[in-house]
Amino acid sequence: MSETESKGVIARFLAAPPDSVGKTIFVAVAVCLVASMIVSSAAVALRPVQEVNKLKDKQMNILQVAGLFEPGQNVAEAFKAFEPQVLELATGQFTDQFDAATFDDKAAANDAELSRALSDDPAGIGRQALYRTVYLLRDEAGGIDKVILPIHGYGLWSTLYGFIAVEENGNDIFGLQFYQHGETPGLGAEVDNPRWKAMWNGKKLRDDAGELQITVAKSQPAAGADFYVDALAGATLTSVGVDNLVRFWMGEQGYAPFLEALKAGEI
Amino acid sequence: MSQTKKELLVDPLVDNNPITLQVLGICSALAVTSSLQVAFVMALAVTFVTAFSSFFISILRNQIPSSIRIIVQMVIIASLVILVDQILKAYAFEISKTLSVFVGLIITNCIVMGRAEAFAMKNPPVASFIDGVGNGLGYGLILMLVGVIRELFGSGSLFGVTILQTVNNGGWYVPNGLLLLPPSAFFVIGLLIWAFRTWKPKQVEEREFKIQSVEAH
Repeated sequence: MSETESKGVIARFLAAPPDSVGKTIFVAVAVCLVASMIVSSAAVALRPVQEVNKLKDKQMNILQVAGLFEPGQNVAEAFKAFEPQVLELATGQFTDQFDAATFDDKAAANDAELSRALSDDPAGIGRQALYRTVYLLRDEAGGIDKVILPIHGYGLWSTLYGFIAVEENGNDIFGLQFYQHGETPGLGAEVDNPRWKAMWNGKKLRDDAGELQITVAKSQPAAGADFYVDALAGATLTSVGVDNLVRFWMGEQGYAPFLEALKAGEI
Repeated sequence: MSQTKKELLVDPLVDNNPITLQVLGICSALAVTSSLQVAFVMALAVTFVTAFSSFFISILRNQIPSSIRIIVQMVIIASLVILVDQILKAYAFEISKTLSVFVGLIITNCIVMGRAEAFAMKNPPVASFIDGVGNGLGYGLILMLVGVIRELFGSGSLFGVTILQTVNNGGWYVPNGLLLLPPSAFFVIGLLIWAFRTWKPKQVEEREFKIQSVEAH
């Protein structure tokens, strides 16, 4: 230990209190080690409980976007109304290759075999899974009432994860809701505002010519009010992000083949 | 030690309140007081972090080299905050979603750093712990007062229980929407500081300058 040498250095440093270099490094390393051990063991120990919460939260959001949520209900029980299916995006058909109950969308998006890198990537997601879990809500006669489709994309700071509920005609939006994002509280985080979410209700995706017209913008586009959701004040980039991700997922690279099939009554 | 343990605990509530006298920790007080439940959890979290960070920093106070003391304090505070965040995510998921970034921002809450630097570095662990609890409660007290005013008059409820039936729900009370927005907390805290200083004139700061009277030409 270079005790004498370091004291010389410190003496030149305006005769500061005698803390040696060796001790400074030792304290720094020791404090960091202990702190990181506590933090990481807490994170590992609490993860299972957090996962359960996340799943419940996701189910609750699916219930909310489908308009079935009631405060105080048993979420897991109510969620049984939905029929999960794994969808092959390119064909718009369901696949039996995977078990819908256990299929992991996020893992699939990182799996080289189950996903593809995007060259045209307006939503800013990098890789897109070839398969997605979608949720069907059937009416009493057994026909499809609504479909709940997961969507995600980049906003200003973070990736927004959410669901869009589409009516059985494959064109009318029943609702849209994000369940996970890290946008600015009070500005971009207003995507959670019930009043803003309500603006999506009853909007249409495509016009009569089949063009994708839904847009989030500051002023109403030529296509008309049916396709227009007002952008969030003070959150231009979040609004642009939402616009991009909705148009991406509703477009040809997203659920368009499935929605076509749904419209034609092939599902 | 000049203060007794009871004084350490009680003083920060009114006489030396971190928000109204020291005017620290205002940011989070603005952000999390629109509903009482959230304000309550935030107050608990800050009390926990302030108390334990002061305690641990005080234990280490003779070993912490002064050149890196702020960083060491930050590491201890940050670890405790992450711990709180993880626990909230596991056991109070809904509230942790509402608090969002503000739990993480406890790290930068001036009260925590202020007590670590001003008190815990010079005093023994138990006294520092009590001082931390006291200051956390002082912060919490103001948070709750602001929260009561904002939630009651902003959304007509307390802890989510309807007190004043709002017009939207078929009642008579027209809620004051301003109170749900962060700027309203500025007004409420300002009025609270005024009220505290009228009650305890000792807290009034001396003027830094005097306006001179100039004779008319």
